[in-house]
Amino acid sequence: MLFEALTLQLGYNATLVTVGAMLLGIAAGATGTFLFLGKRALVSDAISHATLPGVALAFMLMVAFGGEGRSLLGLLLGSAVTSAIGLICVSALTHRTRLSEDAAIGAVLSVFFGFGIVLLTVIQSMNAGRQAGLESFLLGSTAGMLWNDAVVIALGGTLVLLAVLILRRPMTTVAFDPEFAAGAGMNVRRIELAMMGLAMAITVVGLKIVGLILIVALLIIPAVAARFWSHRVGHVVLLAGAFGGIAGYVGAAISATAPALPTGPIIVLVAFAIFLMSLLIAPARGVLAAMLRHRRFQAQVHVRQGLLALATDQPIYERLTLRLMKRRGLVRADGVATETGHAQAARALLDERRWQVLRSDPAHADAAAHYDGLTPLDTVLTPDQLKALDQGLGPRAAT
Amino acid sequence: MTGAEFVPLSLPPLVIGICAAIACAVPGNFLLLRKQALIGDAISHVVLPGIVLAFLVTGTLSAWPMMIGAGIAALVAVGLIEAVRRLGRIEPGAAMGVVFTAMFAGGVLLLEQSDTSSVHLDVEHALYGNLESLIWLDAVGWSSVFDPEALAGMPPELWRMVITTLVVLVMCVLFWRPLKLSTFDEGFAQTIGLPVNLIGLGLVVTAAIAAVAAFDAVGSIIVIAMFICPPAAARMMTNSLEAQVLWSVVFATVSAVLGYVLAGYGPLWLGFENAVSAAGMIATVSGGILALAAAFGPCRTRSGAPVEA
Repeated sequence: MLFEALTLQLGYNATLVTVGAMLLGIAAGATGTFLFLGKRALVSDAISHATLPGVALAFMLMVAFGGEGRSLLGLLLGSAVTSAIGLICVSALTHRTRLSEDAAIGAVLSVFFGFGIVLLTVIQSMNAGRQAGLESFLLGSTAGMLWNDAVVIALGGTLVLLAVLILRRPMTTVAFDPEFAAGAGMNVRRIELAMMGLAMAITVVGLKIVGLILIVALLIIPAVAARFWSHRVGHVVLLAGAFGGIAGYVGAAISATAPALPTGPIIVLVAFAIFLMSLLIAPARGVLAAMLRHRRFQAQVHVRQGLLALATDQPIYERLTLRLMKRRGLVRADGVATETGHAQAARALLDERRWQVLRSDPAHADAAAHYDGLTPLDTVLTPDQLKALDQGLGPRAAT
Repeated sequence: MTGAEFVPLSLPPLVIGICAAIACAVPGNFLLLRKQALIGDAISHVVLPGIVLAFLVTGTLSAWPMMIGAGIAALVAVGLIEAVRRLGRIEPGAAMGVVFTAMFAGGVLLLEQSDTSSVHLDVEHALYGNLESLIWLDAVGWSSVFDPEALAGMPPELWRMVITTLVVLVMCVLFWRPLKLSTFDEGFAQTIGLPVNLIGLGLVVTAAIAAVAAFDAVGSIIVIAMFICPPAAARMMTNSLEAQVLWSVVFATVSAVLGYVLAGYGPLWLGFENAVSAAGMIATVSGGILALAAAFGPCRTRSGAPVEA
């Protein structure tokens, strides 16, 4: 069943939804990266909640002009208008008043959402006969997706991706260093607005599939996951797009296999699974890698201290040190040094003495900055320098 | 409107609304000043999985298991956000976004998977509650307020909300000085030996209690709005924390009363037949107050100096 869903063999509607969700995921991941890098991730939360009154108003307008009120394009246009207003409110509250951005975001999202709910109840009482089903925009609903809806989503997603492609350089600069961007003659405010505008477009396009509460997840989670894998903006954007696409595709496919699996939440949970995996196994920034690094460092410190103890004929009591040294063949089970143990201990002691001399000599201040108790000095100095240094060791070190 | 009509139908929702607004607005002041305003947003989203889980475990829709479930979910969310932030070295906003959306998605999925058709538990209800339905059928008029027999028939949400509000207020008064100190100058608070982290956690827990109780009665949208809008509006009015908290209480009360009245009677005045969502209207009114404060508040600018006319 899942295999058929993944290979798009579950029928027309499922295929539409799956492809649409994938396109949406790609566009959302790529766009969200810039928000995340600019530390503005939660602005998308305000944007998405602010779409609700727009949807409701658009519906009321369309009904007032005699239409049916269900045209997806019309509803999306309406949502774009109010979310733009919401965006402007966040920006105005942040720039004009003493409120910080998070407070502005929270205020806008709750007030617009509350107003949207008021409008929804108005609609409910207005035409009780034809239930508008606007609540489906809260959590998305893919059951009745039509070819036209899919085209709107695909076109919107593609346009956003194109815009990201064109604007990637200014957006990167502004995300990382707005002061520099301003100094370089860019219009920071306008580029930020463009960034938010793209996020808004994604939100609007994604309303149908994942709904306004969860679209935030598609903007944030792929970007955060991708950040674990690379330090380069270009790679992170591509990866985030890929993660978003995978989440959309796989999520929609899974949800097509059973009726009680709502599309939006499943997509979000797949994205979250990708995030968890990235958090754990990513090289360099992942938790597992960090743990291994820590363990390796710990072992280095313990062995070094153990060797120094051996060299000065002090007993070792620390269990971890003993275990590590036994495993490396430096001491026997009873704690007595082996041949290699003696050799390495002597070398460690010599290294330590050399460092002492080096650090007490201001002429070597640059090299002394490399001291961390672990780095062997012969990786820092040339053999000639070492020889010169050894002359300062004196008889005490010769023992 | 007579007492016979007002007391049974409008008094309980009004009192609940006011209490919920105050219980959220007071801790909201500190969250706002600590730039943690969105914690309220996150908490109110993750309450959903907590409630659904509590329902699945106990099989009933009774209040205490749900509040406990929601409280646990809120704590788990706070812990997870902190873990993601530290383990992944991710900025707090994004960490919050990752955690609460994922937990909310999990909640919706659980809800769809479980058989909740027999009980009234759905996402819409969780989002905007149903303040209007909390009526007091045993009341016959103002005299019932002093009638113990009639009081027993009060909606239980009312007592819970009143008690929660009192608890929140008492906590804030008791820990006023450490809270104020650690909010404005965490470094100094730490040097004089205050358990800063504990205070921060305590504040979040208090906020979570307020959020969960309010959520039970009025839905999450009021919770988010009341955590942020009244304190934010109050912040534009004054530079003193004491005055700010008082202003926020006033704003929260005005929002609740005005919002409830507008939702219940506004449409009737305009010639419509049905009332609109009270929770949504309360949030809207609080937004209106914030807009007014942002436009005219004496301390609205960043420097905090009163604006010259």
